Amino acid sequence: MSAKGKIVGSFVVPSRPHALLAPDRSPAWQRLHDAYAEMAADIRALKPDLLLIFSTRWVSIIGHQMQADPKPKFWVVDEDFHELGTLHYDLNIDVAFAERYREAAQARGLTARTVAYEGFPIDVGSITALNLLNPDGAIPAGIVSCNIYSDRTETLVLGKAAADAVEASGKRVVAISVTAMSNRMFTEWIDPVQDRIHSAKDDEWNRKLLELLEEGRLEDVSQLAREFSRQANGDSKLKAIWWLAALSGQSNDYRGKVYAYEPIWGTGAALVGLTPQAGAGGDLEYDEDDTEVFRGDRNVLATEASESAAKPS
Amino acid sequence: MSSSTSSSSPRPPGSGEIVAGCLSPHPPHLVYASNPQQNEPKSSGAGAWKSLLDGYESLRKSLEDREFDVIVVHTPHWKTRVGHHFLGVPKFEGLSVDPIFPNLFRFHFDLQVDVPLAEAIHQEAAQEGLVTSMMRNPEFRVDYGTITSSYLVRPELDIPIVAISSARSYFDYSNEVGEREMLALGRATRRAVEQSGRRALLLASCSLSHRHFTEEPEDPEDPAFEHIHNGNQEAWDRHVMKLMQEGQCAQLLEQMPDFIEQAVSECKDGSLTWLLGALGVPDFPATVHGYGTVIGTGNAVVEWDMRKAQVPAGDQA
Repeated sequence: MSAKGKIVGSFVVPSRPHALLAPDRSPAWQRLHDAYAEMAADIRALKPDLLLIFSTRWVSIIGHQMQADPKPKFWVVDEDFHELGTLHYDLNIDVAFAERYREAAQARGLTARTVAYEGFPIDVGSITALNLLNPDGAIPAGIVSCNIYSDRTETLVLGKAAADAVEASGKRVVAISVTAMSNRMFTEWIDPVQDRIHSAKDDEWNRKLLELLEEGRLEDVSQLAREFSRQANGDSKLKAIWWLAALSGQSNDYRGKVYAYEPIWGTGAALVGLTPQAGAGGDLEYDEDDTEVFRGDRNVLATEASESAAKPS
Repeated sequence: MSSSTSSSSPRPPGSGEIVAGCLSPHPPHLVYASNPQQNEPKSSGAGAWKSLLDGYESLRKSLEDREFDVIVVHTPHWKTRVGHHFLGVPKFEGLSVDPIFPNLFRFHFDLQVDVPLAEAIHQEAAQEGLVTSMMRNPEFRVDYGTITSSYLVRPELDIPIVAISSARSYFDYSNEVGEREMLALGRATRRAVEQSGRRALLLASCSLSHRHFTEEPEDPEDPAFEHIHNGNQEAWDRHVMKLMQEGQCAQLLEQMPDFIEQAVSECKDGSLTWLLGALGVPDFPATVHGYGTVIGTGNAVVEWDMRKAQVPAGDQA
């Protein structure tokens, strides 16, 4: 393809499988299930060539991992909610894009690798999203992991590397962040019919972020992520939003749509869509630093000896 | 090894005992470096983790003079937020691929589960007021922590296991809440073992300090790459091992919340405190069979031989 690729839509979906495996057990989960169907139709209308997922349920330690098995076919069972059943999958992965993404990440200083192994346990969040948004696998997918040590800087660079890869690919790409909003769960067994957001505070914070997202203010939400996570126990520091905002151009120029906001076992589960719309966001007043290239950990704990040992003679 | 299975040595209910408790960390690197037939990747043998492999060999040799019917594992890599879960299916077999180090661990496993004992611990834990659940889905993937620790202690994998998940109480509430829960789970485990008539080997499948490097050398087993992530981590590890060797586990528990925070310790997943609770908070010396680092984390192979216990340990917890 010769034309530059681009992000045609950015979406946020929950990370837990209840809307897929047990929608009939809870009115809230059923509303989420129905909202997935509406979102899936909107995604199809965007005619994407690729669904690119960042999932907080796939954690990594050695940098960032990109799924590169062309046809992963296996199954996964949720660690907590095993009684809901098994998620079988048979996916269609865009391997060329995974390689391109790895190269782009490395070019920006990140440690990155592709993984392609039979039986690799693809995470519950990604499987749930792909099952509900792309059930026939007609649209190829890409999946990238969530490094447990990365903070905002590294995650922004990972998002920008994804943007590099998208542009070079010439493809129309839909970006999907698989993440809870507030991530405080009930730690006992509850009646699913009685499911609710864990606390009023979490609920208020979730609604505040969703209000901003509905106005298309994705970058503003990215800027608020640290505070949100402190206040509402955000899922993995809300890294998925950092990644999504960086990949989508770090602006507020979107048309936002909140498809649903419901509890899943106390956590904030939201389905949100953002489509590019020039000039929508208004003035920006950002507090956080921006970074183009990752230069590694600051290594403040290194001793002089280990520093000199690390330098080439 | 002279250990026998429960079917070959039935014992009356009430006569069960914990024969030993071990800190048995689960870096999949150690299985990789052992080059077992069941693991697809093959190592270079460059030797980065030799001290830990030697430690496990020493532990296996030490256990040879005791018989046990079941291995009970508390694993940090089955993370549950709704209480404490127990494998409740008699047999699991399949392919376990580590999602974090898939280049090192793709292990074909075949495990038997002692479901009656799992159910008994589950019931005792509920009596302690803990939230519990039996895992009955036969397609569930047994986590690689359980497989790795079980393999390294008993490569034949011929003794039934009980696997207990790591509840997120430390993360969802506080280290202190987590500690209370794990001590209660340890007491429950001990009572269930005693009532079952089983001779049990207990494994706490966790590292000590747990800060990883986020890069990997071309040969993951390159010794030139390996060292404890930083001096703070190693100082804490050595302090904790000293307490274990001196039989000062009560003091270790007092310091555990600090250790967890200051050394990013995997003890935050509760395995070690569970073990100490089940052993009655030992006041007798442990044997440190080995200490070493895997991708920056601090790992110790430690054994508490219950023959060294001076008083009924249940009275001490």
